[in-house]
Amino acid sequence: MKTLEDLKALREKLKADMKVRQNDGTKIIIGMGTCGIAAGAREVMSAVLNELAVRKLNDVQVQQTGCIGMCEKEVLVDIVRPGEPRITYGKVKPEDVKKIIAEHVVNGRIVEEMVVGKIMQD
Amino acid sequence: MRELSLHILDLAQNSIEAGAHNVIIEINENENGFFVFRISDDGHGMSEEMVQKIRDPFVTTRTTRKVGMGIPFMDMVTKQCGGHLLIQSRKGKGTVVEAAFAKDNIDRPPLGDIVSSIKVLLVGTPYLELKFIYKIGTSGFDIDTRVIRSLLGDEADFTRPEVYTWFEEYLKQEISQLRCEQEV
Repeated sequence: MKTLEDLKALREKLKADMKVRQNDGTKIIIGMGTCGIAAGAREVMSAVLNELAVRKLNDVQVQQTGCIGMCEKEVLVDIVRPGEPRITYGKVKPEDVKKIIAEHVVNGRIVEEMVVGKIMQD
Repeated sequence: MRELSLHILDLAQNSIEAGAHNVIIEINENENGFFVFRISDDGHGMSEEMVQKIRDPFVTTRTTRKVGMGIPFMDMVTKQCGGHLLIQSRKGKGTVVEAAFAKDNIDRPPLGDIVSSIKVLLVGTPYLELKFIYKIGTSGFDIDTRVIRSLLGDEADFTRPEVYTWFEEYLKQEISQLRCEQEV
């Protein structure tokens, strides 16, 4: 049974964890326009959030973006690791999420067969 | 889209793109014989001319492509289900979108996974203040992110796994309790 009272204990726990959380970590950006949502972006983002919670990857930031004009390639997921090119994955399904997180986010190995774009960061 | 919850997420994204910081999502499974949901925001609103034209798929504010399907889709689905789509907006004040479906119309898409839609919305837009109201007839519950933020204090951050996981479980529990009470 969850109650609002739980939040007081959670607050203390989060306060202790805050020290180890960094905000300059990897970013995961998901396309959430009408095209993205219709193609399954909500399920992909849910899968990302579950995987991050299970792996306790607290310093990975999840962000969303609107339609970027590549609607036919939705669901689009971008991974930006600090100091590395921004990689765009296309036609991502919830079942691809584990692989992208394990290979790219955690180990820095790009999942080449799913890449649809690469942008060098300046 | 297969679920009304996806339309709700899509419409709420419109609110965010319109610069909203405060959004109210209200769902009532039985409001005078209609299944209704309503999304109200304090975004920058639309001119009367835009409100008139918005059901046309070839009208959109976006610049990345020339077709906007969100509102036209919703308009079509409500009409097919003996309902209506109401859009009220004032420039500088905000927008209210209300979708209604005849309650027992067999063509009405299921509500679907509303908890995921709300979770994704809050994690994707961490500054958003959301009031979520879920009713079946006159009974129901509501939850406001302001209440959660005040209890979590400085640690109130919906992008943190512990926070969104707690919120997801809490919402699931409240909705299933409400549905159980209705069946008794």
